[in-house]
Amino acid sequence: MEAFTAHTGRAVPLRRSNVDTDQIIPAHWLKKVTRDGFEDGLFEAWRKDPEFVLNRPERDGATVLVAGPDFGTGSSREHAVWALQNYGFKAVISSRFADIFRGNSLKNGLLTVVLDQEVVDALWDLTEADPAAEVTVDLEARQVRAEGITADFELDENARWRLLNGLDDISLTLQNEADIATYEAARPTFKPRTINA
Amino acid sequence: MGRTLAEKVWDDHVVRRADGEPDLLFIDLHLLHEVTSPQAFDGLRQAGRRVRRLDLTIATEDHNTPTLDIDKPIADPVSRAQLETLRKNCAEFGVRLHPLGDVEQGVVHVVGPQLGLTQPGTTVVCGDSHTSTHGAFGALAFGIGTSQVEHVLATQTLPLARPKTMAITIDGELPDGVTAKDLILAIIARIGTGGGQGYILEYRGSAIEKLSMEARMTICNMSIEAGARAGMIAPDETTFDYLKGRDHAPQGEDWDAAVAYWKTLRTDDDAVFDAEVVIDAAELAPFVTWGTNPGQGAPLSANVPDPASYEDASERNAAEKALEYMGLTAGQPLREINVDTVFVGSCTNGRIEDLRNAAAILDGRKVADGVRMLVVPGSVRVALQAVEEGLDKVFTAAGAEWRHAGCSMCLGMNPDQLAPGERSASTSNRNFEGRQGKGGRTHLVSPQVAAATAVLGHLASPADLSDALTSAGV
Repeated sequence: MEAFTAHTGRAVPLRRSNVDTDQIIPAHWLKKVTRDGFEDGLFEAWRKDPEFVLNRPERDGATVLVAGPDFGTGSSREHAVWALQNYGFKAVISSRFADIFRGNSLKNGLLTVVLDQEVVDALWDLTEADPAAEVTVDLEARQVRAEGITADFELDENARWRLLNGLDDISLTLQNEADIATYEAARPTFKPRTINA
Repeated sequence: MGRTLAEKVWDDHVVRRADGEPDLLFIDLHLLHEVTSPQAFDGLRQAGRRVRRLDLTIATEDHNTPTLDIDKPIADPVSRAQLETLRKNCAEFGVRLHPLGDVEQGVVHVVGPQLGLTQPGTTVVCGDSHTSTHGAFGALAFGIGTSQVEHVLATQTLPLARPKTMAITIDGELPDGVTAKDLILAIIARIGTGGGQGYILEYRGSAIEKLSMEARMTICNMSIEAGARAGMIAPDETTFDYLKGRDHAPQGEDWDAAVAYWKTLRTDDDAVFDAEVVIDAAELAPFVTWGTNPGQGAPLSANVPDPASYEDASERNAAEKALEYMGLTAGQPLREINVDTVFVGSCTNGRIEDLRNAAAILDGRKVADGVRMLVVPGSVRVALQAVEEGLDKVFTAAGAEWRHAGCSMCLGMNPDQLAPGERSASTSNRNFEGRQGKGGRTHLVSPQVAAATAVLGHLASPADLSDALTSAGV
């Protein structure tokens, strides 16, 4: 995973709540067996509308998505995170994320930032009035900054440390392999097995 | 202080706990399917890792599988390639797989319980958000992303922060004709699609205790639609009776030891939940969705709501967009909404009891002209049981299509899809825009409402049939 320290870029204001993962990446894209090539599927149905915010020329190259509450609800598909990253997004800001989506995003280095809806509203107003306005998402300082806006955000220390260092979860877990083996040795015999011994 | 059911199961699986770190949790059962696993196996290959516990891992094919002509090569080359990738990966790593055509094939969340692999007090994960289904057995079961699939394959553990707990207590008697599906739709409408975020739900109360395992699975299945990764129900005699004698259920002394442990899996009287919701079963009625998220639902007797009636700006905006997408008008009676398609199936309502409930309504009746009805059993075993009971003949005699097992029109990754503008009454779990096909419009319903809707051609409950049966069952 690529490390994330701070990022500054232009934003896409997405004034919608309950953006589910079926909207982020429709199911027919899930047949791919790679982690790349999902950018054209991102918000596929909405992008058919030339007026959809992502299609506006002034949003070309924007890297921060500012969305309404309950972003990423529904399916566990990590393809939703890959699609956002493949398209070029580095961070998503919302007042509330679905749990599985949030977990998936942090595993991939896509920073999901929770801010109060009033701050999200202010970011929408700013970036709609001035599409060139830049938004900084600073993980070291746990702060989002834009013209006239400074907002601190929370992220647990462990997740932040993993992101800042781009650490691989599996390697970290395997450092505790002895604990896993100890646990396994003590499991009751009545626990189910998929392969009968 | 006492502990909740969720806390007990959690504590029993902690491999490592350290300050400033998430708990490292052992995973008892890892279910795989073709859609969310290919990139995980790739990751293992690149790192030179093996699957740590093949004996706790099992795979099936469900999302892409066709429900017609399953003896022929799969027509869609991309779907075919994804299924072939799963077969190749399972062969290379040694994972037990039930492919299309196998008698144990089916929707992953139907297969685990029917094999007896899903047991009380276990941790169950799968790269699919409806893994919450397995919580019906008192298991801690939740959906994970592909990175976590790889993590579990490699380590049989997951680092996780402990969620909060929420009690959803439903006391009293469900009125005649009100099902588990109506109950969970009503719960989601009440707490919202984000209401369960950060929580493990525990469904409890006398109305829950009376439910069958199939009905409990329907409820736990849709916990994720309320934003909760997991929903649980304490195991009881109904659970033990369901499990006894199944392929992978414990036997002999192991059975006795297991039951003794399972009986401890109840929330202590002095345990404290972080949040509580109380619902009176007697107030419930057949429930359907009118919008584009599962929280946008109402009793079937209601009208399409007026977006202007919402105080919250974001809810108002969501309702406006939903009515536009769904082609509905505020104030329109829900019962007057005509459908083109009826789908009975999915991990929510594709079990034998669901098929029995739908068949009981259709017996001796006909699907309305111009309505297409698909009945897709959740697994091959469910299909075989239905055939043994003659349910397939009831469906075909009524004019419905009896199909092979799979996820099918729940998400339309196979050819079973709605055309743009088409409207369905569906026993599945998500009414998202385009979920069942580009431009398709979905109303979530129970199997009984689905069957009555198929007969009348508009959203309806069994009580609306002029020669209504006295009881649709729960």
